[in-house]
Amino acid sequence: MPQIIVENLVKHFRVSQRDTGIFGALRGLAHRRYETVKALDGVTFEIGSGELLGYVGPNGAGKSTTVKVMSGILVPDSGRCEILGLVPWKDRSRHVRHLGVVFGQRTQLWWDLPVIESFDLLRDIYRVPRHEYVKNLDEFVAVMGIESCLDTPVRQLSLGQRMRCDLAGALLHSPKLLFLDEPTIGMDAVSKVAFRQFIKRFNRERETTVILTTHDMNDIEAICDRLMIINSGKLLYDGGLDALRQQMSFERSLVVEMTDAGSPKVHPAAQLAMMNGRRVHIRFDPKRISAAALISDFTAHNDVDDLFVEDPPIEEIIARFYEGNGVG
Amino acid sequence: MALVSYWAVISARFRSLLQYRSAALAGLVTQIVWGIIRVMIFQAFYSSTTTGQPMSGRDVETYIWLGQAFLAALPWNIDTDLRSLIRSGGIGYELVRPVDLHTYWMSRALAWRTAPMLMRSIPLLVFAFIVMGMAPPATVAAGAAFMISMCAAIVLSSAITTFLNVTMLWTITGDGITQLTFGLVLIFSGMLVPLPLFPDWSQPLINAMPFRGLVDTPYRLYLGHIPASDLPQHLAHQLFWILAFVVAGRIALSRALRRVVVQGG
Repeated sequence: MPQIIVENLVKHFRVSQRDTGIFGALRGLAHRRYETVKALDGVTFEIGSGELLGYVGPNGAGKSTTVKVMSGILVPDSGRCEILGLVPWKDRSRHVRHLGVVFGQRTQLWWDLPVIESFDLLRDIYRVPRHEYVKNLDEFVAVMGIESCLDTPVRQLSLGQRMRCDLAGALLHSPKLLFLDEPTIGMDAVSKVAFRQFIKRFNRERETTVILTTHDMNDIEAICDRLMIINSGKLLYDGGLDALRQQMSFERSLVVEMTDAGSPKVHPAAQLAMMNGRRVHIRFDPKRISAAALISDFTAHNDVDDLFVEDPPIEEIIARFYEGNGVG
Repeated sequence: MALVSYWAVISARFRSLLQYRSAALAGLVTQIVWGIIRVMIFQAFYSSTTTGQPMSGRDVETYIWLGQAFLAALPWNIDTDLRSLIRSGGIGYELVRPVDLHTYWMSRALAWRTAPMLMRSIPLLVFAFIVMGMAPPATVAAGAAFMISMCAAIVLSSAITTFLNVTMLWTITGDGITQLTFGLVLIFSGMLVPLPLFPDWSQPLINAMPFRGLVDTPYRLYLGHIPASDLPQHLAHQLFWILAFVVAGRIALSRALRRVVVQGG
């Protein structure tokens, strides 16, 4: 049985509109106009135990709303949502006991207190047994390299350090579910890599279900098995990353390091896209010519030092997917 | 529900508030100066009055110094940390904790009302006793009754604060309701003018209101102005209002959560 069942979830927000200028402001006092924003417009999906799912969409697509409904923070207008057999907003207190959450750009740690005191506080709030707490803490500190942060007040940490501490804090009670809402925003490359590795590892070793919303496609590519794309409150794609790649990317690139500079001979089914000194980019459609055939043709006619086949970057695939689905 | 969670919240909040030492020092100095001014005003009043007053001049002075010492325990503002959580959307984290939110926030409020008060009251009371000639409790029983009533006053203050905090879920800023409450508290608790000095016709109204339980009740027990043997009925008044604010706060909170919009994305 799936761990998370979401069926036809609908959530509309009323956003008050105001005309510009002082007269607009005055008119707004007497008569307020509202516009309805459909944050979720009939979203349905199921997630099994231990999945690591990437959830993407442009700003305002409904990602965070979905996560907030699943966290029990928001009550949807209609539809069904059951997580581990509980309805999040009805059994909030029981539900969140199994849940760890990290919202990017916000912290759950106490600003003025050393990190370790926030951790102790979370231990008491979730009533984590002492041995479990010590075991988790030791592991997280070692793996995430936050030893030196523990005695520092949160306000003095760098963003990367703070987010790692936040993640550790969200996992101290060994939750069965982990929701990460744009956690890597603003993080440097080293922190991002450490963050991703840890999530992947935690997901594998503890079979924790992870839902990761992000704008950083590298997050998805690095760790997610499954991808959901949402826009205007509707789910546009739900499946593997490779399947999306196949669906969206018709073209791949062969990148060649030539022995000498000069015009290479290229198979007629492929085309020369770019030359940069000895480096040559050749675009080809795998349906017309396979990578193997193109490589053997190319090496037969040219002197080659090195070569590799490149997929279009995931960013480009998603961008193309958005365009194809009228996301602007 | 295990109390350990809430105790942890109180103690963490307490420790984080104790870091604001310079604020405490500044508050201490302000309250001493302010106390001296208030005492002088009442001395001027008592030296020129010819009719008998319901409270002696010396009692009023002690009443004032108690007020200055425990000023920070009054529900005179909202939790600014909570306000920034509500504004930034960080409130989401408060809602994913497996705790009863009202009790959780009231625990925060208890620490918020206690920590700054303790930091300021002890040095201020020492100063008032030694320099200003403040009187000790009328009797040992009066002292004990004062302590009990003061504890209830802090809980009452926390319940009111929590109620104010909850209203921020509607108003986002909480400024309006805070100013309104601040005015009511200041006047009807006895903080501005000791309540016995108010006109006789206003006494029944003042007695019915919750605010005297914050200041007037414990201070008059201290002075022996209310006999210690009357503690139960005054405590009952305080407890009634604590309960009323807790119930109102819980209802408001559960209604707010049904319509809550977490700010931002």
